[in-house]
Amino acid sequence: MIQLNTKALNRQSLNEAIRELDGDITLENVLGQRFIAAGMSGKTLEIHGTPGNALGAYLNGAVINVHGNAQDAVGDTMNSGRINVFGNIGDAPGYAMRGGRIYVKGNAGYRAGIHMKAYKEHLPVLMIGGKAGSFLGEYQAGGVIIVLGLSDDEKDIVANFPCTGMHGGKMYLRSRCEGIHFPHQVTAHPAQPEDLDEIREYIEEFADIFGYNAEKIISGDFTVIVPDSKNPYQQMYVAN
Amino acid sequence: MAINFLLPEFEVERSDYRCIRCRVCERQCANQVHRYDPDADVMLSDETKCVDCQRCVCLCPTHALKIKKNEAAFRTNANWKQNTILEIYKQANTGGVLLSSMGNPEPFPVYWDKILINASQVTNPSIDPLREPMETRVFLGKKPHEIERDENGAIKTELPPQIELELPVMFSAMSYGSISYNAHKSLATAAEALGICYNTGEGGLHEDFYRYGKNTIVQVASGRFGVYKDYLEAGAAIEIKMGQGAKPGIGGHLPGAKVGEDISKTRMIPEGSDAISPAPHHDIYSIEDLRQLVFSLKEATEYQKPVIVKVAAVHNIAAIASGIARSGADIIAIDGFRGGTGAAPTRIRDNVGIPIELALAAVDKRLRDEGIRQNVSLVVGGSVRSASDIVKAIALGADACYIATSALLALGCHLCRTCQSGKCNWGIATQDPELVKRLNPETGKERLVNLLTAWKHEIKEMMGLMGINSIEALRGNRLMLRGVGLNEKELEILGISHAGE
Repeated sequence: MIQLNTKALNRQSLNEAIRELDGDITLENVLGQRFIAAGMSGKTLEIHGTPGNALGAYLNGAVINVHGNAQDAVGDTMNSGRINVFGNIGDAPGYAMRGGRIYVKGNAGYRAGIHMKAYKEHLPVLMIGGKAGSFLGEYQAGGVIIVLGLSDDEKDIVANFPCTGMHGGKMYLRSRCEGIHFPHQVTAHPAQPEDLDEIREYIEEFADIFGYNAEKIISGDFTVIVPDSKNPYQQMYVAN
Repeated sequence: MAINFLLPEFEVERSDYRCIRCRVCERQCANQVHRYDPDADVMLSDETKCVDCQRCVCLCPTHALKIKKNEAAFRTNANWKQNTILEIYKQANTGGVLLSSMGNPEPFPVYWDKILINASQVTNPSIDPLREPMETRVFLGKKPHEIERDENGAIKTELPPQIELELPVMFSAMSYGSISYNAHKSLATAAEALGICYNTGEGGLHEDFYRYGKNTIVQVASGRFGVYKDYLEAGAAIEIKMGQGAKPGIGGHLPGAKVGEDISKTRMIPEGSDAISPAPHHDIYSIEDLRQLVFSLKEATEYQKPVIVKVAAVHNIAAIASGIARSGADIIAIDGFRGGTGAAPTRIRDNVGIPIELALAAVDKRLRDEGIRQNVSLVVGGSVRSASDIVKAIALGADACYIATSALLALGCHLCRTCQSGKCNWGIATQDPELVKRLNPETGKERLVNLLTAWKHEIKEMMGLMGINSIEALRGNRLMLRGVGLNEKELEILGISHAGE
């Protein structure tokens, strides 16, 4: 593993340095540089410090481990690869991601997993170990969003307005979701064993990465949310 | 059946004397207007379904058909026009939002038609484009503030990335989905032949069209359809779509019914699923946020591609453009309120936004006043209809124009304004394989090349008569323009004098 001290590098020279180095890299002293690993493939990055916004935007196969917190727009329009965040994550992680996996040990900010998509064999997974902010999965069109609620604060597993405009994919919240309001175009129901079978692999992977007991996680109460229709707006128009 | 109160908008006039019952009209009409009754040996029409696309008229071998406006009319009323009444019936029938296509058809002023171009006479010679070299090539992108020289005194020629165009025209964004594969192929191949660019719209890029990359602008919109590394790297430039002239401030919505296998693959979304591009980018709430998207795209493409930010022409466009010019964008594209669309709510298409002529003049002036005009190139669209519109746009300050409706007309569109139905009889705004094959992409390419070759000649002629031999020398040259019938405020905004002054 190559060590790269990023303290004196701006975002552009940091990305250039990453591209020029062959093989896997440990980035030390990262301090808010944006766009790290944008569009990158075929590398593993260990990030120490705090990467700036849009970490791993358009990621195309690279693996990123953040040993700390990450900021906004992580994995924006990510195509494939993996991002594991050992702390909390900011707003809008996984915007329009259509493949790959983002696992977060801690909490997520607003608008996690919005516009998430899927096609052919690509199935993105966003898993949040703690709690999620408002607008979780807004306009979700595909993929899987999982929130585990493993943090011990008093907050609800998700804040306001989850699933607004959702028209594809599946959401799992490890909670009975009492008192959480979902919009009319989705259906929330307690997870059945076959629902949980679909995400067992991801949870085992998550537990393995962050040091949890997978069985203990799975044995919690999960609520599954799916859209009623993949064409939620088709009745709204009249030809003129 | 309940009465729906609607009357057919058009009448099919069929000359029985000319009609040979060949039934071409019946086969050609995807709206199923024409029908043959074998017992009576007569062709019948269901005019309620007619959209006046003129397909049957053009293909009738004996010229037996005419489509006319239905003369049946409600009682004349200057306030409650017939269309207004019919729209109320439609909404009362269905509860739906009125949905229309193509550009605003209402009688708002067209400023291009109130601007006239200067010519050289006697004291300043015009230039003959048939004998003299005339330069129509333009480069779009950030330009340096001043000339820099190295230690030997040689000019440093390294520029930020630019789009090179053989004439100041590009085909503006139309997605694969809103228009057909063959229409896209016509645009892509014509752009290549002409040395200009076409634009993917927000529908992603079909795998067959990556080869036209250097003549392609790839678009990134709020839904991020089909956006990934190879797509970003495929094009000559990347366009962030913030807004569209036909529907400023609202999003796009391709119904799931149109998302077949091929569209699903290109947009990278599940088959049959609605493709929803919401109104805002949900991660952009400020110029700083826009800057973040601009630079994430630049980082992902290693600063090799100019980034265009496209916005609709709206009230405070000059201030908005000033912000965009500081966001790191290389090019600003402004789309006027007459710009076309595959589908937009009628009320929005017809009532929101401002004319591109005024927006362009205001933006160019503002950027000059602030000393940041060279930070960006300006591209304008939203009903640029001819070579003279282009010349006027350049003189008002544009670097290049976007055209789309004109391009579709070249492909055979008759502006029936029912793209939203997906039943385009001309094979343009449809995904129905039977209809798509009506547009031959070879012919389409040829017609587009013909159109722009003719426009290029006309642009050169007009440059020549002004005594200008390089399009660069025309840009922002408002002394070459005069207004007719415009009030003082309009002249002030356009920055031109009245004819006779």
